[in-house]
Amino acid sequence: MSVKLTIIEQMERIGREHGKILPPLRDDLVLADCGLDSLGFAVLVARLEDTLGVDPFTAAEDAVFPVTLGDFVKVYEHGMR
Amino acid sequence: MACVDAPSLRASVGALTAPGFLHDPVASVRYTDLAHGTIFGGRLAEFAGRSVLLACGGQLISALALIELDGVARRIVILPPDVERKHVPAIAATAGIDAAVTDAAVTDAAVTDAETDIGAMPDIATCVVVESRITPQPDVLPAVSTEWLMLTSGTTGVPKLVVHSLAGLTAAIRARSAADGAAVWATFYDIRRYGGLQMLLRALLGGASLVLSSASEPVAAHLARLKAHNISHLGGTPSHWRRALTSPAIHGIAPRYVRLSGEIADQAILDALRAAFPHAAIGHAYASTEAGVAFDVNDGRAGFPASYVGAVRDGVEMKVTDGTLRIRSPRMAVRYAGNDNALAGTDGFVDTGDIVELRGDRYYFAGRRGGIINIGGLKVHPEEVEAVINRHPSVRMSLVRRRQSPVTGSVVVADVVLKADARGGNGREIALKDDILKFCHAELPRHKVPAAISFVAALNVAATGKLARR
Repeated sequence: MSVKLTIIEQMERIGREHGKILPPLRDDLVLADCGLDSLGFAVLVARLEDTLGVDPFTAAEDAVFPVTLGDFVKVYEHGMR
Repeated sequence: MACVDAPSLRASVGALTAPGFLHDPVASVRYTDLAHGTIFGGRLAEFAGRSVLLACGGQLISALALIELDGVARRIVILPPDVERKHVPAIAATAGIDAAVTDAAVTDAAVTDAETDIGAMPDIATCVVVESRITPQPDVLPAVSTEWLMLTSGTTGVPKLVVHSLAGLTAAIRARSAADGAAVWATFYDIRRYGGLQMLLRALLGGASLVLSSASEPVAAHLARLKAHNISHLGGTPSHWRRALTSPAIHGIAPRYVRLSGEIADQAILDALRAAFPHAAIGHAYASTEAGVAFDVNDGRAGFPASYVGAVRDGVEMKVTDGTLRIRSPRMAVRYAGNDNALAGTDGFVDTGDIVELRGDRYYFAGRRGGIINIGGLKVHPEEVEAVINRHPSVRMSLVRRRQSPVTGSVVVADVVLKADARGGNGREIALKDDILKFCHAELPRHKVPAAISFVAALNVAATGKLARR
């Protein structure tokens, strides 16, 4: 499964677990509007660390702040290289 | 030298009419033979009035040495086998050690590793290597009151030395009854830790036999040995019990009394033991090296009745201050050795550091004060999450720990051991993870639900019998 599909699947799963209805998960979706709160994102990063084997935010030397879902996916794609 | 305020252990053992045995995997010793015999072969007098480091590899030999040294040595430091050897010189210095008892297991190790050579340590005037062979005619020595020093568990760095008296250590043990002689006790604990020492003293004072554990013995072999000795009473930590329940050999034993102590006994483990031993009395006890034995709970439910707090029960007083359990009792330790930190507050109560929560008419243990995980400002006790996960029908045991998070500072993640019949292929594991998460969401606020679950084959249980938390 691609990195992008893995991320989207996990977001939808966490949304269901947390009882949140997420908007369509497109690349230009602003993360702040995606329906997951900071705890939801914390869970997402932890799950992705287990499935993709990397936490690019903790590993990064500089702070990374993706704005859109597309940016978020790129951080992971970059982090896995 | 302090005068004697209670009969020595040897005198108590000598007064028994129904003598029991101490059993380890290779030997059985009738401990009442020590009333008229010795393992020291005429050298016990060398320990008179000394501060003795008891550093044997084996539990049986340690028990026999304790019976002889009590009332002879000024002080006995009971060294558990898992203590890092690099800490031993500091422990010896703190306790003013000037004599030592070791066995072949320890001296053999010293041949290859000079650091472990206790006999060569400075200030040790006499070091006797003993074996569990009793020869007649012990030395007759003037009786003294002996301090028993135990090491705290669960701390990092050099363990603290806690000073007890035999009177305090045995205060929770009721006068022996006629049934004691026929009882065969066993424990998963090492007798050099508080929970195990309680079992040993209970057996020695009551005349019951005791089947000792052995660190190197596989669970199934240990359970087979318990079956062979037809044990009637068995005690250990909840982690010990969860591990034993993973072995089919558990069905070979039929204890009349099952005891848990040393960790939180959650409802899941109490129910699992009830199912495994439908006819046994099942009790969980609260005790710590510092506070001593505080209370037993025998109604099969987790936690303890709220009425225990604020009352004096068997001389033990409990109160809850700032959310933690405080205990004042004649069973608690006297002081720390070589450490000016007070064991108890000015009011005489020991702060156990165990956080309790009142729900209805009962207090429940929530976890350790030092173990709290902070998730974006919200607090979680790993133990409360484990208690929920452990109630899932497919789960045998679990460990909840902190993982660093770039978003909330921390999240909680869980390592889970499944019951044998719940293990399966990859597809089944994914469905099971979802089901456990659903189970947690139904019971816990969102931040306490594990962010991730990993299935593991086993969890590391420390030599203390407690789940190893890093």
